[in-house]
Amino acid sequence: MSDILILNGRLVDPASGVDAERDLLLRHGRVAAVEMPGELRAVKGKETIDAKGMIVAPGLVDVHVHLREPGQTYKESIKTGTAAAAAGGFTSVVAMPNTLPVNDTVEKLEWMLDAARGAVVKLFAMPAATFGSLGEEITDFHELARVGAVGFTDDGKPVLVDRVMRGALVAAAGIGVPVSQHAEDTRLTGGCSMNAGPVAFRLGLRGMTVEAESKIVERDIRLLRDIEQHDGLRPHLHVQHVSTAKAMEAIRQAKRAGLHVTCEVAPHHFTLTDEAVGDYDTNAKMNPPLRNDADRLAMIAGLMDGTVDCIATDHAPHALFEKEQEFERAPNGITGLETALGLALRVLHKGNGMSISRVIELMSAQPAGIVSLDGRGTLSVGSFADVVVFDPAAEWSFEAAKSRSKSRNTPFDGAPMLGRVAATISEGRVVFKA
Amino acid sequence: MTILETGTVAAGSLLTVANLAVEEVAAILAATDRLERMAAPERAKILAGRRIALLFYESSTRTRTSFELAAKSLGAMTTLVSDKSSSIEKGESLKDTGLTLRALGAECIVLRHANSGAPYLLAKSTGLPVLNAGDGMHEHPSQALLDLRTMLTRLPGMSGRLINGKTLGGVTVVITGDILHSRVARSNAMLLPRLGARVVLCGPKELLPEDALGLGGADSSGAVEIERDFDKALKQTASNGTMVVMMLRIQRERLAGLELDLGDYISRYQLDEERLMARAPEALVMHPGPMIRGLEISGEVADGPNSAIEDQVRNGLAVRMALLVRALGAGGFESVTV
Ligand SMILES: [Zn+2]
Repeated sequence: MSDILILNGRLVDPASGVDAERDLLLRHGRVAAVEMPGELRAVKGKETIDAKGMIVAPGLVDVHVHLREPGQTYKESIKTGTAAAAAGGFTSVVAMPNTLPVNDTVEKLEWMLDAARGAVVKLFAMPAATFGSLGEEITDFHELARVGAVGFTDDGKPVLVDRVMRGALVAAAGIGVPVSQHAEDTRLTGGCSMNAGPVAFRLGLRGMTVEAESKIVERDIRLLRDIEQHDGLRPHLHVQHVSTAKAMEAIRQAKRAGLHVTCEVAPHHFTLTDEAVGDYDTNAKMNPPLRNDADRLAMIAGLMDGTVDCIATDHAPHALFEKEQEFERAPNGITGLETALGLALRVLHKGNGMSISRVIELMSAQPAGIVSLDGRGTLSVGSFADVVVFDPAAEWSFEAAKSRSKSRNTPFDGAPMLGRVAATISEGRVVFKA
Repeated sequence: MTILETGTVAAGSLLTVANLAVEEVAAILAATDRLERMAAPERAKILAGRRIALLFYESSTRTRTSFELAAKSLGAMTTLVSDKSSSIEKGESLKDTGLTLRALGAECIVLRHANSGAPYLLAKSTGLPVLNAGDGMHEHPSQALLDLRTMLTRLPGMSGRLINGKTLGGVTVVITGDILHSRVARSNAMLLPRLGARVVLCGPKELLPEDALGLGGADSSGAVEIERDFDKALKQTASNGTMVVMMLRIQRERLAGLELDLGDYISRYQLDEERLMARAPEALVMHPGPMIRGLEISGEVADGPNSAIEDQVRNGLAVRMALLVRALGAGGFESVTV
């Protein structure tokens, strides 16, 4: 592995409090040196990246992606999904377990993480919290953690039974990893295909209420409090893709009360509203659904005031023929790895005045911290050489047809983006170059 | 902007009344008048040899027969593809079924489907003109047009009026019943205010959520109102101007999950003779059918002098003739846009 020199860039590394011009030397897959401009020129690097006018930041971390392998490689594979990640500036992704079969055993987890799958960036995984994600019997957290599980989730399905969720939180607390919850009371959302409200009414579609989300978040917070009081443990609840003001407020209060709750928000939930469904555009169909503008603004407020811990894409590829169906029959989900940074910079930085450093923190150091990825999400000397170089001023339009993902299901085809990835380096290897 | 292969919707399609310009409404109603006056043999030449597919994923005797007879009286060939027949291959996508019909020579598809929005998918994927004959809980555009024509022919002082934003000025239309599940209510609530009518939606909150106010659209010109008390709705509106009461069918099977007492519903919302005579004796009574006598409407009212229910059926046939002619670009409709 050759050395890589990244020169003349603006290094933004929130974890080490740097936002200034620095040159960077990457060696043996690690950050070997961070120096004032000019000092590293003496080092003979075989490969040099001139980052003039660019931001050099820790590679982005996504704690919520669907890579569809095993079982649905016509939608995506670990190889193509991580290639899309690299194109979007991500160097670490956490794969959700809703594959076919469900990732719920050591064998399946090892198979998924095996180098033979061809992951382009560093792949992590959260196996299922319950066998088959059926919500009944919790999986072997200890053994799964031993081979690399960074958390547990039945993503796509909530753990509905109180006793089971409590058991999962207790088991995960013993290992020091989060239980990541898709907060949806599915008893309230049967037959629903978008957000409840005037748009759903006009379109004649059954709507998911905000309570279907907030009720599960509130229940999980009650369980956390109960476990802290009675079991002397400090469980970590991670709430996935929060989409409603009501759930956001519950999380804000729980944090104030000192409970270990973290949460993520997806770029589409701070960018779009349910109006984007338009004439039944299945590219705007996802779960949780796009909400109304008050909820969208509540996501931005949560991102601005620190209630939200990280941005996660919920990258969910689907084949064209699956999305080309009646709205109510089409599967939920959109791709997101290649549009996340461009949307975050456009909406949060340009639109709402969030500093670039904070945007980067929400997409690198913070998500890395949630799943305890040591040596990632920062560019301090000795950490992994996971780097994204991007032009923060570049305004461009995303073209779905040029996506690295196998799938094209996105409501952001042709949408304006701010900030374009020039290069992505994963453990010292250049895995994407514009 | 979407990567789905969503072509454009062919001119002559009618998927929703939401974007149907008032001038378009006027053109459709004018054509309806012309077609109705025409001698049958002359009418049968208009679409002679043209092919229309009736794609019915949901059974509907009334709407299907109405479209079928309309097409045949214009001389068109029709083929019925229904979920009861083997024509809809098990598991074949709507898009593929549409492409098959197109390859077989269908020039227009009339679609009834249980999923809201299905006509958009069919129209965009085939490029053929598509007439929405009812989709899920969404819309029933031809019903709204025939209801409009019924009002224009039955309400005093309407005949000969120009169709514009003031045509139904002074008219209040109270739509009562299961608005949540009604595509007829949605289409009427979106169309009638644009012609100047005041639309009052009436029903218990289980069947009429506040979200229905959104049917009025962003601009207040299309505003709709909600009045939960049927007696009040009838009384306050009858006192100023002309009045239409549009009753909707109560589908018993849909009440199962709702906390709704049928007996209570009948006492509060049934349109019976006593209520009609006491509150709005002059009101025009409408019902899109099929109706359940003794539930949402009493038999006496349905058959009484105020009832326009048979006119609605008759107008349905005539309006659908015009829509088919428009869809196929025949008889002076060549230049229309959707
Ligand atoms: Zn989820």
